[in-house]
Amino acid sequence: MEIKIALAGNPNSGKTTLFNNLTGSRQRVGNWPGVTVEKKEGSLKGRNDVTIQDLPGIYSLSPYSLEEVVSRNYLVNEKPDAILNIVDGTNIERNLYLTTQLLELGIPVVVAVNMIDLVERNGDKIDLDKLSKELDCPVIAISALKGKGTKEAAQKAIEVAGSHQVAAIPSIYDKTVLSALSNIESVLGSQIDTSMARWYSVKVFERDERIDEILKLSADQTSKIEPIIKKVEEAMDDDAESIITSQRYDFIGKIVSHTVKKKGPKHELSISDKIDKIVTNRILALPIFVLIMYVVYTIAMGGTSISIGTMGTDWANDVLFGEIVPNFFDGILTSLQVNGVLYSLIMDGILGGVGAVLGFVPQILVLFLLLSIMEDVGYMSRVAFIMDRIFRRFGLSGKSFIPMLVATGCGVPGIMASRTIEQDRDRKMTIMTTGFIPCGAKMPIIGLFAGAVFGGSSLVATSAFVIGIAAVVISGIILKKFKSFAGEPAPFVMELPAYHLPSIGNVLRATWERGWSFIKRAGTIILLSTIILWFLQGFGFTNGQFGMVEDNNTSLLAAIGNAIAWIFAPLGWVGDMAWKATVATFTGLIAKEEVVNTFGVLYNYAEVSEEGNEIWTLIARDFTPIAAYSFMIFNLLCAPCFAAMGAIKREMNNTKWTLAAIGYMCLFAYVSSLIVYQLGGLLLGEVTFSIWTIVALALLALILYLLVRPGYKPKSEALDLKGMSVAK
Amino acid sequence: MKTLKDCKPSETVVVKKITGTGATKRRIMDMGITKGVEIHIRKVAPLGDPIELNIRGYELSVRKQDAQMIEVE
Repeated sequence: MEIKIALAGNPNSGKTTLFNNLTGSRQRVGNWPGVTVEKKEGSLKGRNDVTIQDLPGIYSLSPYSLEEVVSRNYLVNEKPDAILNIVDGTNIERNLYLTTQLLELGIPVVVAVNMIDLVERNGDKIDLDKLSKELDCPVIAISALKGKGTKEAAQKAIEVAGSHQVAAIPSIYDKTVLSALSNIESVLGSQIDTSMARWYSVKVFERDERIDEILKLSADQTSKIEPIIKKVEEAMDDDAESIITSQRYDFIGKIVSHTVKKKGPKHELSISDKIDKIVTNRILALPIFVLIMYVVYTIAMGGTSISIGTMGTDWANDVLFGEIVPNFFDGILTSLQVNGVLYSLIMDGILGGVGAVLGFVPQILVLFLLLSIMEDVGYMSRVAFIMDRIFRRFGLSGKSFIPMLVATGCGVPGIMASRTIEQDRDRKMTIMTTGFIPCGAKMPIIGLFAGAVFGGSSLVATSAFVIGIAAVVISGIILKKFKSFAGEPAPFVMELPAYHLPSIGNVLRATWERGWSFIKRAGTIILLSTIILWFLQGFGFTNGQFGMVEDNNTSLLAAIGNAIAWIFAPLGWVGDMAWKATVATFTGLIAKEEVVNTFGVLYNYAEVSEEGNEIWTLIARDFTPIAAYSFMIFNLLCAPCFAAMGAIKREMNNTKWTLAAIGYMCLFAYVSSLIVYQLGGLLLGEVTFSIWTIVALALLALILYLLVRPGYKPKSEALDLKGMSVAK
Repeated sequence: MKTLKDCKPSETVVVKKITGTGATKRRIMDMGITKGVEIHIRKVAPLGDPIELNIRGYELSVRKQDAQMIEVE
């Protein structure tokens, strides 16, 4: 018989550490059906017949957040054999709140009081026997970090699972509520499983919308139940939901008062509080934050002697994928005497494309190592605390700052860094806008046009950053008003967990998970995309014959570029440069620095320097300043490179949202370029008044309207998760 | 009526009532802000919002806008 144990607990309770400790490396990471909430399960070390299901970190089983709904659907529908409830011993009052809800589900519960070593070190005492009696379930002290007591906790969970002993329900509520609950139970009658009678009656009493959907109460039942609830509400002068919550906390307050002995006075400053006195200090907080981010950025992506990430990436690009790997394959392929097409496919198509992407891996690993440490230590929530005020204005989260900053180096880790944002809406919004930030690979594009057309003015690069940031802000304000984003603005009620030393295991695991998911992308979607582009670029018709082409000007890609260049005519991509600009935009999808190389090739230079100095005069001849600027803006804002698109796909974990994000970026880029070219050109006298001037004005007006219009207001505040199917 | 929004850092207050409805109210209460509980105001964020509270032995941050829903004395 297979045993299923659900691991439940608050965020920051050490749940991840316990899960890693119990399952080791045998974990399966996926997603809960229909939603972007990570699902992890694994088998217990040494017991292949015991599966540990890790539930998302939650504070409650309310119907208002994705994580909570996912968890309770799992508990109610899948009925695990036991629940192992991890409770942070240093913060026991709030942690037990979830416990009081879990105890009502009719599933055996074992409470594991974590961080018991810290509790002892603080000089506090928890009477575990008494706690066990009051909660009416087994209580075991553990230290997940040190691996103490974890085996016993798991063993106990297996025992209660085997005995099918349902947790007895402690007497949480007062007489008035209890009698109302039992009246509701009798109205519900045989409709519900007796072991879950308490859970359902409480939920019905709370008027939980999602329970209504499941029970489908008849009009007769509703008319009987409503007066029962009303009576209690009137007697207590509060709404039903609040009455239940208050009584749970009152119950906990009572148990805690005679099972937990605190050494110090109530508001005494702990070590963590003392750290916070400095770290989130009114004056020092921002400088400290800037310093920390500067150090992280320098180590991961900077260009100094301590920039391990950049050194690794340079090595990967120049040596590993620049010499070692190509030379290795060159040797094999030459000795096998493979034909030219296959040689080119492997060397230029696959190695060139995938190598360009895999080169980022060292930077990604170093960056995520540092970010994981910040997260594990507890600094990430301080970042949100410090930056919230600025970012929430554009519908983003305080934590959005980190993805944006990282994206100035590379958009791929930037997008992946959005994972620390809990709220689904804020995260999606951050993913959609992070790509607008000019990354390192876009610098050569800026350099090319600044040098060729604008006399090397540094204003061009500055304006690129301003445009990037403006794109983020404008998009934030516009998008947050749409129905898909509006929703209930996730209440920013956030715990600032006590600082603690990072767990090396957790940090390395989190770093590796992110790095590996990136590498997997490189092997699949990115590989495919680069092969297709290689084919389009390398093949074409010469003298009516289809085959490989020497001259890029006759490739299929050039033909496509020619055929669709008209789309970009309103952006000022006209005349000789139109198709070249179109083709360069496409090759920019492999990596943005390819844009410069492509211009080099299309202007018949085999090799150009990073900023393409060789072709500056040719570019200057073909591009008017305003057209050059329009081209630059489009390439800065449009769909990012394949690697970044892969990251978007991974983080959105939904094809529709991925396409929406990329589509939005292209559309936004197109509209911005069009407005800049048409209106800017008109002002400078480079463009004449035409129908497109009117279109540009109309689009500008539309953007202004979208910025100031009142946003969509949701009718119901409960989550609409009808499409969600956690096994009914 | 005095709300949590009007409180100054290092003040300690007792919750009288939580107004408002729906997800935000439930979330606030789930985190332990219920009638009769003692809240110690730790500090205000560097940019003036949100605020940090000490409640039931842990640190919680809420936006001023949401703090307005919490009546205290």
